Amino acid sequence: MQHSNAYTFRFAAMVTIVCSVLLAGAATLLKPRQDENKLLDKKKNILISVGIEPVNGENFTRSEINETYANRIKELVIDLKGNIVEGKKPSDLDPGKDTELLPIYESIKDGEISAYVLPVSGKGLWSTINGYLALSSDGVTVKGITFYSHGETPGLGGEIEKEWFTNNFIGKKIADENGTLVSINVVKGKVDPASEKAIHQVDGISGATLTANGVSNFLKEDLKTYEPFLKTIMNLKGGV
Amino acid sequence: MADEVKAVAEAQPKEKLFSKKNKRTLLEPFSDNNPITFQVLGICSALATTVQMRTALVMTLAVIFVLSLSNVTVSLLRKFIPSKIRIIVELAVVATLVILVDQILKAYLYDISKQLSVFVGLIITNCIILGRAEAFALQNKAWPSFLDGLGNGLGYGWILMVIATGREILGSGSIMGFSIIPESLYAAGYENMGLMVLAPGAFILLGLLIWAQRSITKTVHE
Repeated sequence: MQHSNAYTFRFAAMVTIVCSVLLAGAATLLKPRQDENKLLDKKKNILISVGIEPVNGENFTRSEINETYANRIKELVIDLKGNIVEGKKPSDLDPGKDTELLPIYESIKDGEISAYVLPVSGKGLWSTINGYLALSSDGVTVKGITFYSHGETPGLGGEIEKEWFTNNFIGKKIADENGTLVSINVVKGKVDPASEKAIHQVDGISGATLTANGVSNFLKEDLKTYEPFLKTIMNLKGGV
Repeated sequence: MADEVKAVAEAQPKEKLFSKKNKRTLLEPFSDNNPITFQVLGICSALATTVQMRTALVMTLAVIFVLSLSNVTVSLLRKFIPSKIRIIVELAVVATLVILVDQILKAYLYDISKQLSVFVGLIITNCIILGRAEAFALQNKAWPSFLDGLGNGLGYGWILMVIATGREILGSGSIMGFSIIPESLYAAGYENMGLMVLAPGAFILLGLLIWAQRSITKTVHE
């Protein structure tokens, strides 16, 4: 059937309007829950980075995340000199404006600080990788690491989020015996256990060297920004 | 069977919901006219989302949803769509449905939507969907179009699930995320096949599947 041009335009306009109303409606309706999911995912990753496991089964339930997080994690904000800024929470920070302030999370167990969690992020090969690095209360030993959002190739760079990779970080040290920051390097291939540097290195992912380099780089940069704060912890504990 | 249909057709002039023709529309895509193994469409997503059964299942459900509804919508609009702009209208319908699915997954199945990442969005480019809208829904009534969408979605889905099952067992040693290979076997030197986790593993399995399917149905592309 041949339709006139005017009809074609009218039809196209109608389709456009109906589709956009539908999508705008769905997006607005579902937005609160999606935002909540993102927040829960972050909280979950903070919990996982310090090694808190779900009580029942394999996965956290939504309420379990909120409850455990509220009990075990204390949110703090520090400045670039490593001093704690009172009265601010990480959620108050505007990443664009507050470049002088850094979020940090303390994991509390039996009234004592058991770990510090720093957000880490930077460029991988294709995308910005976001994660959390948990350090034990000595400020040097890695307690765990998680990567919760990235756009790396599934099966290659995407493997950074898998446990086999992140578990390698546990027990590694970000500083040497004198307290000098070394960060942690993802090496190409396997770590040589005999090497002196082994304590600062983790196994790489074959086929994902550029992602791994990215991870090494941003870990180093982020740890540098947190260095003053970490130094004060190390000193409190009487050196390493 | 033929007599039965004839009798029914005589009893009520209107076409029965599950007439022989409609049944064929629904069932043909399972094997004889399977979108993946016969028409070789939708390969990209068949490779990408079949590392694990769980993601493959969600992908299947998403495609069935989009395909059935896009077929119905296009079919209902078929008399009104100006033929000059029909492809772009079909695309708009499909894209709207896909974004809806994506938004719903993000809200209710966040972990899975993270795993499927870009592939939900890429349902838009799945040739099966536009292909069925163009080849079937534009010429047929809403109900047969729905059946055609459902059939093709299921036909796509079962191939996806077969490949995902093979890849997950061989590549990760698990089914639906539960380990099935005993630890003692790993201790004895068994290793998960890394190739199966990567795209070439899917290619090999898919090739074998197409070969098996075509030897059984004896269908050959001219």
